[in-house]
Amino acid sequence: MNDALRDLYREVILDHSRRPRNYGAMDAANRQSDGFNPLCGDRLRLFLLVEDGAVRQASFVGDGCAISTASASLLTEAARGLPEEEALQLVENFRGMVSGEGEPDGASLGKLTVFAGVRDYPTRVKCATLAWHTLRAAIEQSGETVKTE
Amino acid sequence: MISAPAYDLEKVRADFPILSEEVRGQRIAYLDNAASSQKPRAVLDAVDHVYETGYANIHRGVHVLSERATEHYERSRRRMAKFIGAQSADEVIFVRGTTEGLNLVASSLGRYALHEGDEVLLTGMEHHSNIVPWQMVADLTGAKVLAAPVTDRGELDMDGFAALLSDRTRIVSVVHVSNALGTVNPVDEIARLAKERGAYLVLDGAQAAPHLKLDVQALGCDFYCLSGHKMYGPSGIGVLWGKKRLLEAIPPYQGGGEMIRTVSFEGTTYAEPPAKFEAGTPNIAGPVGLAAAADYLDGLGIPEVAEHEARVREYAESRLAEVPGLRVVGTAREKAAVVSFVVDGVHPHDLGTVLDQEGVAVRTGHHCTQPLMERFGVPATARASFGLYNTEAEVDRLAAGLRTALELFRP
Ligand SMILES: Cc1ncc(COP(=O)(O)O)c(C=O)c1O
Repeated sequence: MNDALRDLYREVILDHSRRPRNYGAMDAANRQSDGFNPLCGDRLRLFLLVEDGAVRQASFVGDGCAISTASASLLTEAARGLPEEEALQLVENFRGMVSGEGEPDGASLGKLTVFAGVRDYPTRVKCATLAWHTLRAAIEQSGETVKTE
Repeated sequence: MISAPAYDLEKVRADFPILSEEVRGQRIAYLDNAASSQKPRAVLDAVDHVYETGYANIHRGVHVLSERATEHYERSRRRMAKFIGAQSADEVIFVRGTTEGLNLVASSLGRYALHEGDEVLLTGMEHHSNIVPWQMVADLTGAKVLAAPVTDRGELDMDGFAALLSDRTRIVSVVHVSNALGTVNPVDEIARLAKERGAYLVLDGAQAAPHLKLDVQALGCDFYCLSGHKMYGPSGIGVLWGKKRLLEAIPPYQGGGEMIRTVSFEGTTYAEPPAKFEAGTPNIAGPVGLAAAADYLDGLGIPEVAEHEARVREYAESRLAEVPGLRVVGTAREKAAVVSFVVDGVHPHDLGTVLDQEGVAVRTGHHCTQPLMERFGVPATARASFGLYNTEAEVDRLAAGLRTALELFRP
């Protein structure tokens, strides 16, 4: 197997795709949003519990490729405890990193930097960002299904 | 299983310049022919030849270049009439591809034939381009769109099909060969049943043209569509064939230059087919490339091509059967050169990326057949589709790539 593949499918990503964290519907959720990538059929539903302007808990259900599943799983961990403003900033930061368009702030991305390799795979960028677009919609409460194109 | 090869494969491969392109240090194994096929040198040269020796607008100029361009264009129409077995070249309309052909038929035949309460019968394995245009014209006319069921093997359920036919059925539109599964549909039987009810029959031949010897008259249909880019011709050109009587009867599709006889603000009269359906300056060089592709295919012999592809596909099916957890979607008894599959625990999109890294090009996704994916309960499949130049060695690379994917994704 070549190094480029290892660079994309880092151990953390494979681990989260096989055993996604915070997987399941959340009864206590007060925000919810759906994401859909028509190109590959990936779908996910994101649940948030937002209290006092901060994300207390996040979970998701869905069906997708390794990149989109791991991205959603790591998102639910990263978003937890963040004030809404910071969560939205993280969305931008993450998008900038995987699309190669921004100067990612490594410190705030933390563990999420495992997705940096995605920028070399233009067709996979949307897989990585699907959950994040959905997070923004849930926070902004647009209530519509988010499409990645 | 060893039998004499249908043609000299190495020589044929050398006709396709792109096949010697290297990606990441390897020759590319191009197994995405159902999406679009690569072009032989003869097609590229034919297109260049038009631009270099006889290009101008057609049907308009009195000057020599316009005459030459018109001759190139009309000769290509005659060539394509022969390729599909049309009675006359006037029945051959040049369109952008199957999508435009189907939109033309849905719009023009739909406005001619459909009324409130009429029905259009499709199947559950149609490409979106043979679904959406019918929904659009159904909205306009008050007709209803129905879809015949598909069996677990991916064959058309003929009892279910017959049960949905009624005296309300005005149009039947069916894919000749399924792009997602490879199923070859029993179009003779479909034609017989449609005729019994007096329904018009439209066939989507996008996937049939590169694999089956066509004879539109013997098929018993009223309209037939194909895309040049899937049969080794250029992109942006295709053929809509229709019975002359019907092409005369149905209203035009687009309005503009070339499609008229006289224009005045009191009223306009239309040209005869095919001009009636070719408004505006068409793709002029495209038909010439398409005719060259027809020459190329007929030069090898379509039955020989089909025989070769069947051998490669059967080899692929046997190699894929060795991959643990792999399931082929679509196991019709009559199949063209397509193997669609899913692998337990590995999403098709990830398979596609791993295979791409190994220099193997396959398609992953819903293949523009979302209702069919739903029918099989999968969001997507990976699809290897073979062309006249594919080899068993390329299939071996596919199998090796799948093993790499399993190592990576299976815990
Ligand atoms: C069965 C089938 N029908 C229709 C189409 C549409 O053809 P095109 O995209 O060339 O218009 C395709 C290919 O995309 C196809 O495979």
